[in-house]
Amino acid sequence: MLTNPGPQKPGFRLSMLINDSRYRSMTIQVVALMGFMLLIAWLINNTIQNLNALGKDVDFSFLGQPASYDINQRLIEYTSRSTHLRASVVGLLNTLLVATMGCVLATVIGVLVGVLRLSKNWLVARLMTVFVEMFRNVPVLLWIVFFMVILIETLPRPRDFRGEDATATMSLWDSVALTNRGIYVPEPLFSNGFGDLSIFGLFDVSLDLFALLAVLGIGIFIARKVRQRALAIQAATGTLPTTWYIRLSLIVVPPVALLTYLGFHLGYPELKGFNFSGGIHMRNSLIALWLALSFYTAAFIAEIVRAGITSVSKGQTEAAYSLGLRPGLTMSLVILPQALRVIIPPLISQFLNLTKNSSLAIAVGYMDVTGTLGGITLNQTGRELETILLLMLCYLFISLSVSAVLNWYNNRVKLVER
Amino acid sequence: MNYRRLMAVAAVAGLVSGVAGAATLDDVKAKGFVQCGVNTGLVGFAAPDADGNWTGFDVDYCRALAAAVFGDAEAVKFTPLTGKTRFTALAAGEIDVLSRNTTWTYSRDVDLKFTFLGINYYDGQGFMTHRSLGVDSALDLDGATICIQTGTTTELNLADFFRANNMSYEPVPIETNAEARELFFAEACDVYTTDRSGLAATRATSEDPDSLVVLPEVVSKEPLGPLVAHGDDQWADIARWVLNALIIAEEKGLTAANVDSMMANTNDPEVARLLGTEGEYGAMVGLSSDWAANAIRATGNYGEIFDRHIGPDTAIGLSRGLNALYTDGGLLYSPPFR
Amino acid sequence: MNSVSYVRTEMASVRPAPKMYVGLVAWARENLFGGWLNSVLTILSILAIAFFLVESVPWVFQSSWTATSLRGCREAIAATYGEGVSGACWAVIRERYLQLLYGFFPSDSYWRPNLTLILLFVALAPILFTRFPRKMLWFSAAYPFLGVWLLWGGSLWDIAVIPLGLAVGCAAFFAIARAFGSLPGIIGAVLITLLFWIFLAGPLAGILQGIIPFLHLESVESAKFGGFMLSTTIGVTGIACSLPIGILLALGRQSDLLIVKSICVGFIEFIRGVPLITLLFVASTLLNIFLPPGTNFDLILRVIIMVTLFASAYIAEVVRGGLASLPKGQYEAADALGLDYWKSMRLIILPQALKVSIPGIVSTFIGLFKDTTLVSIIGLLDPLGLSNAIRADGNWNGIVWELYVFVAVIFFVFCFAMSRYSMYLERKLETGHDR
Repeated sequence: MLTNPGPQKPGFRLSMLINDSRYRSMTIQVVALMGFMLLIAWLINNTIQNLNALGKDVDFSFLGQPASYDINQRLIEYTSRSTHLRASVVGLLNTLLVATMGCVLATVIGVLVGVLRLSKNWLVARLMTVFVEMFRNVPVLLWIVFFMVILIETLPRPRDFRGEDATATMSLWDSVALTNRGIYVPEPLFSNGFGDLSIFGLFDVSLDLFALLAVLGIGIFIARKVRQRALAIQAATGTLPTTWYIRLSLIVVPPVALLTYLGFHLGYPELKGFNFSGGIHMRNSLIALWLALSFYTAAFIAEIVRAGITSVSKGQTEAAYSLGLRPGLTMSLVILPQALRVIIPPLISQFLNLTKNSSLAIAVGYMDVTGTLGGITLNQTGRELETILLLMLCYLFISLSVSAVLNWYNNRVKLVER
Repeated sequence: MNYRRLMAVAAVAGLVSGVAGAATLDDVKAKGFVQCGVNTGLVGFAAPDADGNWTGFDVDYCRALAAAVFGDAEAVKFTPLTGKTRFTALAAGEIDVLSRNTTWTYSRDVDLKFTFLGINYYDGQGFMTHRSLGVDSALDLDGATICIQTGTTTELNLADFFRANNMSYEPVPIETNAEARELFFAEACDVYTTDRSGLAATRATSEDPDSLVVLPEVVSKEPLGPLVAHGDDQWADIARWVLNALIIAEEKGLTAANVDSMMANTNDPEVARLLGTEGEYGAMVGLSSDWAANAIRATGNYGEIFDRHIGPDTAIGLSRGLNALYTDGGLLYSPPFR
Repeated sequence: MNSVSYVRTEMASVRPAPKMYVGLVAWARENLFGGWLNSVLTILSILAIAFFLVESVPWVFQSSWTATSLRGCREAIAATYGEGVSGACWAVIRERYLQLLYGFFPSDSYWRPNLTLILLFVALAPILFTRFPRKMLWFSAAYPFLGVWLLWGGSLWDIAVIPLGLAVGCAAFFAIARAFGSLPGIIGAVLITLLFWIFLAGPLAGILQGIIPFLHLESVESAKFGGFMLSTTIGVTGIACSLPIGILLALGRQSDLLIVKSICVGFIEFIRGVPLITLLFVASTLLNIFLPPGTNFDLILRVIIMVTLFASAYIAEVVRGGLASLPKGQYEAADALGLDYWKSMRLIILPQALKVSIPGIVSTFIGLFKDTTLVSIIGLLDPLGLSNAIRADGNWNGIVWELYVFVAVIFFVFCFAMSRYSMYLERKLETGHDR
């Protein structure tokens, strides 16, 4: 048997760690890691020394203490006797609420403005340009404050609604009250609902909502099956059976039946004492923050949308027309899918920016997680290190999960390149 | 291991600017000024004017302190602090003294480790509302919308008061007094709650003071005063006795105008001790013998400071009330200078 | 011969086009009222504009410029325009605009920030426009130190020894690298620079100050910074300092070295995942705890540090985009020439990548400049913080819109100009890429 001896293996010398490219990268990495660890150790060491000097320690037990302050907008049960941890969760939910609402509205306005900016209508296109430049070039903090001032200065006071000579009336057939303390809208109520389900004694989840969603989901699922079956029939016989009314009723009828069974009705806001009561109260702070964030972000989204649409070459439209597609179909089947690929990645980062900017809530007293955990809790307990650490983790968690979900979606619509 | 050496190099190379030692007085003397933490803007208590000079009730205490240490009321620099940043700034040694209408509480004293120097303003939390609402007691406020300043003790007091009386309310938290005014005057809240001095100031500077009413209930004790960090008793003594000296000066009728003539000819031994013409009282605490005279010359006595910034003749128009001398039925009472 | 001709011998007179198809009417038909949807949109727009003008114009112009307090303003407006007219009280701007621009900077030294700003443009010119002579880059390199001196004052020599240390370090690098190779060169250069700064810089500055004493400005501590000057200082310093860090982070993120890459990715994602306000909280409450006991920066310096870290993560992403936009051939060509990593980066990759990234860097700067308003939340007196402080003055207690409008207009002018410039640059670079 023949063996190829190959080149002689040279012995390992220490200088090869630097001079030999096979080992050098390893050397650099080890040095970098050591440097990094040293830096961390240095920071931790400083922190320990400084905390010792101040007579403090790192202790998270304050989270179990009663918070002693009230929060106006709470999505879960909370009183001033609840713990700091629960106050933080209330704040976190408020952050998520305004971020979600903001992302939705910003997308709607952004797409609208972006499309209108490309409109042939000279005036509208100019107006939209002014909108975009105005909102983009002024700090969002200023916009938040602005919106707050507009709301409290221009809308009527609750007592303007009172008495014989009321100067303000409720809008939309007496169902919505616009006041300078916020907007009151009717709330859905169930006269014989299922009640709430308490999960681990921590949160109450409305069973009615749960049932409604379940029924709706099942309806949509069956409607889909019907559609698939109809398509199968079309493939086999060539004629498409008319199923839209079956599908529509599958989706609409069960929830309506359920709602009737539950005794669904609207609870209208009513002036009682100092304020309106009943209905859902959307506070000024929420509205100002929501609108300011949405408009500010929408200005950026409009630019992204515009760039996305203009990035699809005119040849695509012409090609679609020559295939005989109508303009609507051209838009939905040819232009948008291609534009979306350009639009989505920057859109993700705009959503993240909006979520992060929602931390400016404290400028208008909206009790988000920065306002509760990073605001009052920090201030009342004096535990800066722990609260700010937790606060950062909250935002990091939100950011990373949002970008994970949206990146997953982005990968799905991404062009599969050969 | 070269870890320690690396640390030393990094520490020296980067970041040397000042070392906070235990002897604050020496540090202050070395840098030539007192660094004083004040409110970012509260009418009558601290606000910068067009030239950037800070004025106000809390500001004048700092000036008196500077005058006591250096003989110069201008040897003071101001750090504007929010409710949130004030305690960390003091704990970290960024400021030498905090004079920002801060309530003296157990946990601030013990847990946050500060030394309160005394009380320069006896206050209490109250409620102000619009007269048109027809409310004349805080117990009628069930369901009201209430503006509060966050980062203060007021929001805790408020929660306790309403809980104790089994009432509900809608808190509207805001950052500064200016924003609170805005919301309250637009009637975005029915009630504004803060220290009664702040309420009076807001009421006095409104367009129509008669349309506002301050409710009779006082729901908390708010003893406001300057404070320093734990750990330097000499500095705390100086800061405490500057405050006391201003109060004693009012008791004894010493004013900015007559302090020099009183120094020359007084028959009252306590005045003589205070002004440094008798005994070595300045040296005991590490200051010149005429420190108190300097402080009084710079800002006037407690009453003068009060009248200049928040007294009846100012736009704010507060009466002395609890803050009158004990001889006039108030609570101001300084330990004897002896 | 019949003289009847069936061909026209003279031209028919030209008739004007129908009125509907020329001039303003045609333009309006085409651009404003083509189709019912367009017409509705146009009418809605006109209504919106009219509403805005009716609401704001009287307020803006029925105003008082001369009063000395809000009450005075109201009286003056009532006297001039009649009772019940609500007009703007621009007097507060007239009294306080210098404060809003310069904060508490000594008024006899306003030329210093002004000069710093003008010199900033001079220093940026050779970087942003290729027309200027390359020699001006030396000025750009010296500018950061000059700017620091002009703003904070003190002796020029105290600042001049810092670049001097760097120069000494460079010289040491070349000397050692020639003799022993590049890695010992780097280590030696860093050590020598540090030693120079620690032991030689102070005495040397003293000696130089003794020789040429007049280069001394009244020193101004950072607490006196405020208003737009503070915003600009934080923004410009933040971006300038974050550029080198950002470039290194971007290179680290692109590198094949797993550990280096993970550290860089971790840092970038962490910073980009948290809001700036939490970093500012760190600056205002925690940063001193992380540093060696006894270190005590002032708040503005700490804010600048955190803002720099914040911006560097964003710059890193911008530069990464620039690096990714280069064709692979450039990397391969650099390798084929036998250049080592740093040389290929320095000579081939980075010059191209950075050129492409400039619009992104400008946008990052605009974002950062706007975000400097957040420092008002931790109590610094930037334009927003100052407007709160001004409202706490007894004379101006209760004023709202005027200050916000003034601040918003100035921000708008700055940011709009910069964004236009960035767009212009983008177009220019795009054409530069076409062959």
